[in-house]
Amino acid sequence: MNHWLFIIAAYALVTIGVGSLTLLSYRAMRKAERDAQGFNQL
Amino acid sequence: MHFLANPARFLKIARPLTPWLGWSGALLVAVGVGVGLFVAPPDYLQGESVRIIYIHVPAAWLGMAGWTGIALASLMQLVWRHPLAGVAARAIAVPGGVFAALCLATGSLWGRPTWGTYWEWDGRLTSMLILLFLYVAYGALANADRERGGEGRATAIFGLIGAINIPVIRYSVDWWRTLHQGKSIGVAGSSIDSAMLWPLLISALGFSLLFGAIVLMRMRADLARTKIEARLRRMAA
Repeated sequence: MNHWLFIIAAYALVTIGVGSLTLLSYRAMRKAERDAQGFNQL
Repeated sequence: MHFLANPARFLKIARPLTPWLGWSGALLVAVGVGVGLFVAPPDYLQGESVRIIYIHVPAAWLGMAGWTGIALASLMQLVWRHPLAGVAARAIAVPGGVFAALCLATGSLWGRPTWGTYWEWDGRLTSMLILLFLYVAYGALANADRERGGEGRATAIFGLIGAINIPVIRYSVDWWRTLHQGKSIGVAGSSIDSAMLWPLLISALGFSLLFGAIVLMRMRADLARTKIEARLRRMAA
């Protein structure tokens, strides 16, 4: 059995999972802070 | 902790800390995982599949540490009414759940070449699956409570009760000796060879810092949204 297929699948899952989580959290933070800043300027 | 009870003071620290945690975490993950994948030796029993531990162990650690954080924040919310405790607990739920899911998925991918099966109703695997369900339930409860405009007491109580599962996961390998191996790292030391241990520790530290950055980002987003909602309520009144 080729172990590398399982290793690549595991690393791909973690890269996609952690990468998406980081990116989505960053975008949500930027949007919320920008909206709050815009509200302050009203 | 009470020092950080003021959201303005918390944000003053969180804003510069977020990129530091994120970038240093990403760098350490790259080093730990890079060494684990291309430099560390294969295991004499597991072969090449041992390389999955450099992501599986940090995911397991953060899945459990996440709920421990939720329980501590819930305690602070219920006992001391710390204004940021509920925000912190809610911010931990999604990354904690993602890491618990990644732990199960990577463990499954490690299990197939090593144990010959993707899944076994073993004590450790089952209690980790229960942790994932707890995260899902916590997220649903927290969302429902927020939409209702509640104080989050029920969510905090759920966060505390769910913590019962953490020692069950920790000691499952001692209580039910089934397929999952016993603990390799403890307070007394480690049975892992140093050539594999160091990249594992670096990777775990890197993922932990990244987890911290994600939690801070989610807390900042939550605080900004709360600020807007409060402003809208004042304008409507």
